[in-house]
Amino acid sequence: MVLQTLAGLGPLHGYGIARRIEQTSGEEVLLNQGTIYASLVRLQQRGWIFAEWGVSDNNRKAKFYSITRQGRRQLAQDTAYWRRLNDLMGRMLAFPSEGAER
Amino acid sequence: MMDSLRRAWNRCLAVFRRTPLDTDLGAEIASHLAAAIEENVRRGMGPEQARRQALVRFGGLTRAVEEHRDSRGLPALDVLCQDLRFTLRTLRRDRALAGVVILVLALGIGANVAVFSVVNTILLRPLPFREPNRLVWFAGNRGKGGLSDQTYTVSAFEEFQRHNRSFEDVTSYQTFFNSIQYKLVGRGDPLPIVGVQVAGNFFPMLGVTPLLGRFFTPEECRKGGRATALLSHQFWERQFGGDPSIVGRAITINASPADVAGPVTVVGVLPASFDFGSVFSPGMQVDFYVPAYMDFWRTWGNTVAVLGRLKPGVSTVQSQAEADILFPQLKASHRDWFSDYQSKISGLQDRVSGKLRRTLYVLWCAVGLILLIVCVNVSNMLLARAMSRGKEFALRTALGAARGRLVRQLMTESLALSGAGAALGLVLAWAITFYLARQNQMALPLLSTVRVDATALAWTVLVAISVGAAFGLAPAFRVSGGNFQESLKDGGAGMSQGRRHERLRSALVVSEVALACVLLVGAGLLLRSFVRLLDVDLGFEPAHVSAIQIEVNDGGDRARRGPILQEILQRVRAIPGIEAAGMTDMLPLDRNRSWGLVAKENVNDKNIEHGAFVYVVSPGYLESMGMRLRRGRDLSWHDRSDTQHAIIVNEAAAHREWPGQDPIGRLAYGPGRGEARVVGVVSDVRESSLEDHASVQMYIPITQFDPEGTELVVRTQLPISSVEPAVMSALRGLNPGQPHTQFRAIQGIVDHAVSPRRFLVVLVTSFAAFGLVLASLGIYGVISYSVSRQSQEIGIRMALGASAGRVQLGVIAQTLRLTLTGVAIGGAASFAVSRWIASLLFGTEPSDPLVFTLMMSLLGTVALLAGQIPARQASRIDPMAVLRGL
Repeated sequence: MVLQTLAGLGPLHGYGIARRIEQTSGEEVLLNQGTIYASLVRLQQRGWIFAEWGVSDNNRKAKFYSITRQGRRQLAQDTAYWRRLNDLMGRMLAFPSEGAER
Repeated sequence: MMDSLRRAWNRCLAVFRRTPLDTDLGAEIASHLAAAIEENVRRGMGPEQARRQALVRFGGLTRAVEEHRDSRGLPALDVLCQDLRFTLRTLRRDRALAGVVILVLALGIGANVAVFSVVNTILLRPLPFREPNRLVWFAGNRGKGGLSDQTYTVSAFEEFQRHNRSFEDVTSYQTFFNSIQYKLVGRGDPLPIVGVQVAGNFFPMLGVTPLLGRFFTPEECRKGGRATALLSHQFWERQFGGDPSIVGRAITINASPADVAGPVTVVGVLPASFDFGSVFSPGMQVDFYVPAYMDFWRTWGNTVAVLGRLKPGVSTVQSQAEADILFPQLKASHRDWFSDYQSKISGLQDRVSGKLRRTLYVLWCAVGLILLIVCVNVSNMLLARAMSRGKEFALRTALGAARGRLVRQLMTESLALSGAGAALGLVLAWAITFYLARQNQMALPLLSTVRVDATALAWTVLVAISVGAAFGLAPAFRVSGGNFQESLKDGGAGMSQGRRHERLRSALVVSEVALACVLLVGAGLLLRSFVRLLDVDLGFEPAHVSAIQIEVNDGGDRARRGPILQEILQRVRAIPGIEAAGMTDMLPLDRNRSWGLVAKENVNDKNIEHGAFVYVVSPGYLESMGMRLRRGRDLSWHDRSDTQHAIIVNEAAAHREWPGQDPIGRLAYGPGRGEARVVGVVSDVRESSLEDHASVQMYIPITQFDPEGTELVVRTQLPISSVEPAVMSALRGLNPGQPHTQFRAIQGIVDHAVSPRRFLVVLVTSFAAFGLVLASLGIYGVISYSVSRQSQEIGIRMALGASAGRVQLGVIAQTLRLTLTGVAIGGAASFAVSRWIASLLFGTEPSDPLVFTLMMSLLGTVALLAGQIPARQASRIDPMAVLRGL
């Protein structure tokens, strides 16, 4: 989700990412916003995102995260995998059960 | 994959960048909150509510920071560091206890690592040759008898080398190498040096590569070839300062008997890892190697030692089977062979260290016992400490520490202690091995290469961890398993638990006493054996006697030799302080050689073994050695080359050849051609080892037979160094070429012969002493703790009228119970163990009642003394003080 957000919107700060995820999910996912930082540091250590301090639109100092090339590759991979899985599950669930057929 | 590696690396980095990362996170969170508040305000909230809402949505601040730390760093390491810091803090508080624990551990671990290094070097580590498991040793005469019996003639060696099919290669060296006296001349005083003559394929077969230069060419190994030599590494360093240009240059070596003389070209230098002495002749330093001219030695009888390299896939047993068939076949086609060379073939490693295996295993077990005692002792001390910390742990549990966390904390403490002990112990082990490696007087093979190496380091780590676990686990589970509510309450409510603790501690002490008992009894048995051995009648008096190698310029002429030697002895005896002087070619317990000896009337009796050790001696030798002439006379200067051969035999020879008769005046065959007349009988001399009874020996006149080298033996009450200059100048006066040799004390030769046993005895005895100290410490600890715990009870009893003596008696009875149980168990265990070391004992039964009684009562007494101190303390408890404290 973080990667997708960053891939879609470009560099964002932690609060922005958290808000964005909440909004995209139609406020279904209400995270403890603080926990986002642990995930961010993990992604950063893997080299999928990259962070630097910058100035936000309203002139506030903030740390901006942006996706790296590796991160994009990983995102593509994960997306493909998720799609396949989703597809598969969809088909499995759509398949009428044997008992229903008889 | 790459990503995970990068993450791991980043996590490691993060551990060291804790502060900047935390600051950064703090700033980030601040900006997060600011952004959230701003947005909330924009949505129309009041500033206070906006702030609250932002915090709510953020969740726990601390939790976020903690989570961040856990995912970016190594939480396990953080916990470890935390535990370590805490450990150091608590140990600093208990400085005395920590010091004692670390010291005890250091002694135990140090001794273990040192002994392991020795065992590893001598038994476990392969010999420093290429594929050493394929190397085998040939012992002639089925491995029985002296050096002359177990060696081969050049012809036997060469024929076997040519015809065998089991071996890739067979090689040999000249066993009587120390009969040849080499000296390096042309560089100051003539310097005596030790050289070994080896077959041309000796080094290639062992798989040694020269450090510099090359090995001998086949031409150089032939008589008349260019004289060449290889230098040992230490000789090269010592004598030539490690100068590589020595290769190709000539040095001047003189030898007598003179088969090498004049300039010898150095063709190479051996690597430091090759030490001939440590493998083939422990306690001997070889300076250089020359090719053995097989044609020269062909006529000398059994003189070469044979070793071979098996073909891949061929076993020792198979090669033995081949030798059993091949040697008799060869004998059949060589009528001049006087033996069929029934050989015993064994692995070279076995030959080098086989005899020591049991000794070293015993040593290893002893040191293992010590480690066990150390563990038990430390465990006991920590248990006492853990109990006094019961409240601390209860408090921590109440504050939410999980049981695992507490165990982990305690284990960290134990491992920190054992780690510190191991570090200190390693220093100790290093010092011991450093010392041992320089004991070149000790007859232990490979000793010079003993050091604390990587294997020993690994062993140390293993020992440290298992020791830490062993002594740490009991207290850890005891403490964490306790009922913390009870512990939290003050006072004596934890009584029942205390009693359980005490039972555990008592059991530990009993086992400690038992282990110490086993060690003490073992040490006692070995010590008694050693004392018995030193009491053995050697047949000569080694004290105040010294020997020096001399060079005699007689040109091999027996007629000239007599007057020259007489002159030397006369001058030496004239030196003030010299009581007696004589000459021999071989000294007892040093090197030996055997010929045949048979009474004239037994000459056709083929059933008797005829071997006899031969000593070519001058008149006066027997007296100077302190040997006892039983009958007849000493040799005399009148036994000349033109008179009938005279011999002196020992009692064993008299018994074998002339049982029940007087051998004086009888004729015998053996030394030289023709008959020899027995002129005297001497007491048996232990010639090969102190343990074995003397074999048949004969002493023949130096005026009638050629000696293999000459040792001048002098007896003086003065320190030998004070007469040495006078002796040397007397020798130089007659022979300016006399090399600068040194006196050897005969006592030193005897010491060398008993050195492996002394080594074992000294170590096991010191381990036992250490065990005794530890056991008494353990007893003291337990008893004094129980006294301090019962001080209220004792105080009340005294207030009710119990006398001080009665109280003291109670404590002593408690001590006695523990000690007796331990000694009883230990005694039974020693009884079983002593059987196992029976083969190492000398003149002592494994169940020697004296040793058992003495050692068990020693242990009992020391333990009681240890209990005495707390007993006295108990009797001094002031009832009033106790009652007031209630």
